[in-house]
Amino acid sequence: MMFSRLFENVSPRALVLMAALLIVLFGAPFLANDYLLTVLILILYFAYIGQAWNIMMGFAGQLSLGHALYVGLGAYTAAALYVHFGIGPWIGLLVAVPIAALAGAFIGYLAFRFKVGGVYFAILTIAVAEFARVGFDHLAWTKGSSGLFLPVAQFTSNDLWLLRGQPVMFYYILLVATVLAFVFCRALLQSRIGYFWLAIREDEEAARSAGINTFRYKMIAVTISAAMTSFAGVIYAFYYNNLFPEQVFHISRSIEIILGPIVGGVGTLFGPIIGAFLLTGMSETLIAALHAVGLDIPGAKQVFYGICLLLVIMAMPDGIWPWLARRIGLSEREK
Amino acid sequence: MSALLKVDGISKRFRGLLAVDRLTFDVPRGGIYAVIGPNGAGKTTLFNMIAGVYVPDNGTIDFAGERIDGLTPDNVCQRGIGRTFQIVRPFPALSVEDNVIVGALMRRTDVADARAHAHEVLRRLDLFDKRAQRASSLTLPDRKRLEVARSLATDPKLLLLDEVMAGLRPTETDRIVSILKELNRDGLTILLIEHVMRAVMALAGRILVLHHGAAIAEGLPAEVVRNPAVIDSYLGAEDI
Repeated sequence: MMFSRLFENVSPRALVLMAALLIVLFGAPFLANDYLLTVLILILYFAYIGQAWNIMMGFAGQLSLGHALYVGLGAYTAAALYVHFGIGPWIGLLVAVPIAALAGAFIGYLAFRFKVGGVYFAILTIAVAEFARVGFDHLAWTKGSSGLFLPVAQFTSNDLWLLRGQPVMFYYILLVATVLAFVFCRALLQSRIGYFWLAIREDEEAARSAGINTFRYKMIAVTISAAMTSFAGVIYAFYYNNLFPEQVFHISRSIEIILGPIVGGVGTLFGPIIGAFLLTGMSETLIAALHAVGLDIPGAKQVFYGICLLLVIMAMPDGIWPWLARRIGLSEREK
Repeated sequence: MSALLKVDGISKRFRGLLAVDRLTFDVPRGGIYAVIGPNGAGKTTLFNMIAGVYVPDNGTIDFAGERIDGLTPDNVCQRGIGRTFQIVRPFPALSVEDNVIVGALMRRTDVADARAHAHEVLRRLDLFDKRAQRASSLTLPDRKRLEVARSLATDPKLLLLDEVMAGLRPTETDRIVSILKELNRDGLTILLIEHVMRAVMALAGRILVLHHGAAIAEGLPAEVVRNPAVIDSYLGAEDI
């Protein structure tokens, strides 16, 4: 029932654009070289996670600055199950996703039950992610700070079941995940729950007086967002094959996740996707260009992110997508 | 007429300030009941206790025969009490229609049903033509009506209106008065806080006058406005 009105209020123009984009993305690996493919994988990874984060912040108005926690929990759980017991990632998901969802629910419960809101909520999300980072540094089962490695070989074929294979397989998995996340987010936004989230985001007290159990709906938002994010973590583990707490749970990972949606447009459906394309795409281009002229500047990417963020905040505080959607003639509801 | 809302001996103290002092009154089912009084008399505190924002220190509040004091605001709304805020709080980035749909979804699970109901409510409040606008772009009178619309969409039995006429021009006031009369005729009980005596006299079946948190008069409008204590503390002799 939730998906029955999926194409309601979608103009032909939007459908055509969407179809064209999908064709390009599905065809891209046939044209792209290895380097471009890894960039595209990174873009889709951020497009997917950005959407998950956007459910919490963009829809329900709860600022999380610790989404690396859910990526890390997903990644570590699935990787450890594989390394120790030979359990494949798709089965591992059944453990990893609930663990991340529980972690989200735990943070949500603490915060919402005791009325920790706004920046204090954001600080709590950072604190738990940092706690996990330090904790995993000392957790022998996942090899602590020396890192957890998945066995790697030169893969000539793609084993979709065990996620052992070439980058192109990960590209398609992330593409499908991104598309599904988009469809899911749109369905959520058009449903009762979506309206309640927006109401809470806009004015929590007014939402309560309109009969909304704000605690319940905020809990749902955190749990869904955490669960979705952890899936990306599982893919991350099997794509990179190595996990270090210092990297996976680090706050800079959490910040990276939220840059795309902020640049693209918080609370919009397409914003996180376009934000990921612009930021990751442009920063990788920049670095490639720097390399081409023989420069290797550490931190160039971060500086670039900073400049992008500044420009967007000053020129388009609602993000690029609402502006772009107007330019290409999409309606208010299609943003 | 039986009482829909029974307020019995409620008090609320904020540190040293006794904001509401042992208030007792009944709002009859199907009636329009007004609470008036100077600024700081405790009217909004009283409202917030009924709506579940504050828990009374003493006393009880019964709605439709059940205790409601101490319930949360969402719970109170689900029982059938809708409210507006003195300082309007629409959902600013949402469209007028979506604002009202949020209210309508409280008793409806299907968004299409809720939208149909929201349209009905918007027509009643002269906001149908503005349904696609952002709530933040509305003028104050429209925003006040939007608050009423959102709260009406939750299908309340009792509507709490906190100064919905304040800041409106006389013609706008008259329009809201006639809308409220119509809603009341259809069975809605209304409890309003109001400074605009023109509206109060036109609407209210009974009036409660608060001063420093306590009731100084209660009764029919004609009696209340002749009450010397009321004239002294609030109305002034020439006001009526």
